[in-house]
Amino acid sequence: MFQVRFHGRGGQGVVTASEVLSVAAFLENRHAQAFPSFGSERKGAPVVAFCRIDDKEIRLREPIMEPDALIVQDPTLFKAIDVCQGLKRTGYLLVNSNRPLHELHLDKIVKELPAGHVLTVPATDFAMKYIGRPLPNAALLGAFAALTGVVQLKSVVAAIHDAFPAEKIALANIAAATAAYDAVNAQAAA
Amino acid sequence: MLKQIEGSRAMAEAIGLCRPEVICAYPITPQTHIVEGLGEMVKSGELKGCEFINVESEFAALSVAIGASAAGARAYTATASQGLLYMAEAVYNASGLGLPIVMTVGNRAIGAPINIWNDHSDAMSMADAGWMQLFAETNQEAADLHIQAFKLAEELSMPIMVCVDGFILTHAVERVDIPSQEAVDAYLPSYDPVQVLDPTDPISIGAMVGPDAFTEVRFLQHYKQNLALRLIGDLAGEFKAQFGRDSGGLLRTYRADDAELLVVAMGSVNGTIKDVIDEMRADGIRIGLVTLVSFRPFPIEQLRKVLVGRKNVVVVEKSLAVGMGGQLALHVGLALRNVAGAPQVHSCVAGLGGRPITRPSLHKLFRRALVQPWEGTHFLDLNEEIIAKELHHVRKVRRSGPTAENILRRLSGSEPAHLPAAE
Repeated sequence: MFQVRFHGRGGQGVVTASEVLSVAAFLENRHAQAFPSFGSERKGAPVVAFCRIDDKEIRLREPIMEPDALIVQDPTLFKAIDVCQGLKRTGYLLVNSNRPLHELHLDKIVKELPAGHVLTVPATDFAMKYIGRPLPNAALLGAFAALTGVVQLKSVVAAIHDAFPAEKIALANIAAATAAYDAVNAQAAA
Repeated sequence: MLKQIEGSRAMAEAIGLCRPEVICAYPITPQTHIVEGLGEMVKSGELKGCEFINVESEFAALSVAIGASAAGARAYTATASQGLLYMAEAVYNASGLGLPIVMTVGNRAIGAPINIWNDHSDAMSMADAGWMQLFAETNQEAADLHIQAFKLAEELSMPIMVCVDGFILTHAVERVDIPSQEAVDAYLPSYDPVQVLDPTDPISIGAMVGPDAFTEVRFLQHYKQNLALRLIGDLAGEFKAQFGRDSGGLLRTYRADDAELLVVAMGSVNGTIKDVIDEMRADGIRIGLVTLVSFRPFPIEQLRKVLVGRKNVVVVEKSLAVGMGGQLALHVGLALRNVAGAPQVHSCVAGLGGRPITRPSLHKLFRRALVQPWEGTHFLDLNEEIIAKELHHVRKVRRSGPTAENILRRLSGSEPAHLPAAE
């Protein structure tokens, strides 16, 4: 089982991101379970969502306490809460930022995780470029596919297409996801 | 058709396939996306021959369902928590009149203290109101149980609550097989009421009944629930024949055949418990599970058959009867009444107000049942340090203040604000 925890702020679409990832896994004939951490919804408040992916039925209903990957939509959350709590030593950390890792004071966690498992991606920049609004979801999911290989880009693209009934918005999000996917692969090759 | 879909949306689609004719709902918290989904389906024309009525309260929602059902319509509504309490008077009326309404309860805690999260307090508060109550383990089962519920309710002319863990199931996106309209039509015949308000053939429903007849009317309600004990299993069997999967039934077991320790639970927590059982089985511990689907009618005989001959039974439940303990544990004890050599029953209250029930905590609990079985009610993951501090405070200070606020302050690391400095 591969478990992903999403951290963001109310209004950034954290819950949607976890659901889209679950659809991407579903499209690969895998089992997936996406669920929000339940609280009173407030714009700007720290929000957590979860996604489990497995090859067999997922029965577990506890929150994800030891994630295999963290997707952090807002790097200011590192100062507010213990984002990395429970992250497995073999895990991945993907952060939405246009700044390098050392500027985010993440050196400690970089050392603890395998090389290449921690990455920043300027998802909001991609979102502004392709969607015109600061919604980093799609780009982060594209980057996640490149970083972990847990789902394929084409599944993420299909899942985004499903999630947005308006064709224009869907295509803009797909462009952001694809750009982030390519950027991560280019970074890895470099 | 397999879909990756939110639980509430899956239930809405399943309910839509049952061709309800009147859906009434109060759309404000506590409510789920189920009625929102159904409202969209009615508006878009996807769900034909159905009137969606937005009402001003939960009391009105069920009252309208009662009127619709009495007029011969297949009626549906949904609520949870305080919304169900606000319905209470109509809840008893629906069952007392024998009207086959189907209602989803997206299980949540009841305040005070205010809490919007999941537990089973709401359903339990209405367990004796004369409705049948079935609890879903997964969103697949939640969808399937609604299809069975309309058939069951209408066959007996008795209302039914489909109980689904709020948030944990209603808000989870997972794989659900949504059946075809043809398959549901083949399973569920159109509603043929046993009583109907019809201007061309006038009758009254809801007579005043005195001491000479009240017991008989109540007895027949009880009798019908006893009939349901057989019918629920039969309908689950028919469901499997039509749709090819196991859903519903009175109860089912998991790795129970040679188990010395059996866990009994209702709802979504069964999934987590199954994972724990697999892990403990790998360590050679003979542990199994009884998933109780039907709480009303309560399957005393069936449960007894499963439990007798075991050493220990642990009941894990998301509800508490204050001053008594766990309700489900009390029921399980009843199933073992007057049985020689009955297993020991150990009661555990867990997951109140949405507290996660985790594998590590369940491991500890089940292992304790093997080596150090307990009497009375055990509260899973109770913060004993905070409790001790608060009890000490209450003993020392007469005007000790509101409990909830005191506990919250202690959790955030400070003493209750009004505490004298000398304390």
